[in-house]
Amino acid sequence: MRHLFDVGVTVNGNRYERTVEPRLLLSDFLRHDLGLTGTHVGCEHGVCGSCTILFDGQPVRSCLMFAVQANGHEILTVEGLGTPEDLHPLQEAFWEAHSVQCGFCTPGILMTLVPFLEENPNPNEDEIRAAISGNLCRCTGYQHIVDGVKLAAQKMSA
Amino acid sequence: MKPPPFEYYAPTTVEEALVHLSEHGYDAKALAGGQSLIPTMNFRLAQPSVLVDLNNVSELFYIRPDENGGLRLGAMTRHFQVERSSLVSERTPLIYEAMPKIATPQIRSRGTFGGSIAHADPSAELGAISIALGGRFRLRNQTGERWVPANEFFIGMFTTLLEPDELLVEASFPNMPPRTGWALQEVARRPNDFALVGVAAVVTLDKKNQCQKARIVFLSVGDGPVEAHRAAETLTGQTLTPEIIHAAAETAATADIDPGSDIHASAEYRRHLAGVLTRRALDLAFERAKGRG
Repeated sequence: MRHLFDVGVTVNGNRYERTVEPRLLLSDFLRHDLGLTGTHVGCEHGVCGSCTILFDGQPVRSCLMFAVQANGHEILTVEGLGTPEDLHPLQEAFWEAHSVQCGFCTPGILMTLVPFLEENPNPNEDEIRAAISGNLCRCTGYQHIVDGVKLAAQKMSA
Repeated sequence: MKPPPFEYYAPTTVEEALVHLSEHGYDAKALAGGQSLIPTMNFRLAQPSVLVDLNNVSELFYIRPDENGGLRLGAMTRHFQVERSSLVSERTPLIYEAMPKIATPQIRSRGTFGGSIAHADPSAELGAISIALGGRFRLRNQTGERWVPANEFFIGMFTTLLEPDELLVEASFPNMPPRTGWALQEVARRPNDFALVGVAAVVTLDKKNQCQKARIVFLSVGDGPVEAHRAAETLTGQTLTPEIIHAAAETAATADIDPGSDIHASAEYRRHLAGVLTRRALDLAFERAKGRG
């Protein structure tokens, strides 16, 4: 029986190689082993959506995967989305529309919405609310998040 | 919380996966999308000592037409792939229509068709729909395989006919006959949340527009999918007038189900919803059946 497994993974374009126990959650791998603490951990049972990342381009909850399963795959976290000097249009729109209060849920919401906006460049309010139905926000009441997504859609199609 | 330690195997073929399952029996769990298993492990409600990860078993990922106009889905096909498949939309529109209602977008990225069926959550849409469509599941172990009709597969809360050494490898759905209509109706607190009550209906009409066959299957009202046999019988051979549909919905809500109460809804409210949703589902299925001559 093997206790440790080698994992080679590309995160935000950088290649990482680590050795992990199979029970290590992908969310903890990103935060503790790679130091990428932009991915937040809220509920750790797939309800809050804070830990959402892109796994081979698809939004997934990183607390519901094991790090060992990421071997050979490509990941994008919020650190790879934009920089303080060069924000992603969605981040810019969130800033302008006051879509962020405490910010805990924000990375997961951004990573959920990036592929959503690629697939739905001009979403209506119902579609936006369904898209973020897997992300809990305790501060905003969602209204300003919805506004931010609408603004982002305008920016991205301009 | 964090899951307890376990032995981990990541086979690349079904054959290899079955060897591990056979060797470890009840100590082992097959890991499909992990969207139910991993949270229960994080809570330590489940503590399997062995995980057999199916995510590298490429032969289980497919959506294929069958030669009789039906559809075959490999057990590891992910919900988001089913959701975007034109073949699914064409051959099993009921499944296509249900997909956006199943959990959240993040869960659909990872969760699998076979995983949901084998997990047998009583509030899962796919179990009820599989029965309504007359689907079958292919189960394999090291010595061979067997086909089980969907309506015999679920035997209790999170419990199915699957033996510990078996894997569900495929779901198969027959061709939808002409003049057949379908509908899925449900009520949930939020979009994509667990349904308080849901119902799938499939209705086939004869040339005189009378009901030849009806299937009505509930979710979230019992230990598994619950088929409303009594209500369906009242429709056979009938012209589906609003009165007949209304009476069938009443029968379904009062005679076919025995829903429980929990923090989300009382039994009484669930019965009320069951009646209303059955009526809507039959109305829509009937309209669609007439339109598919």
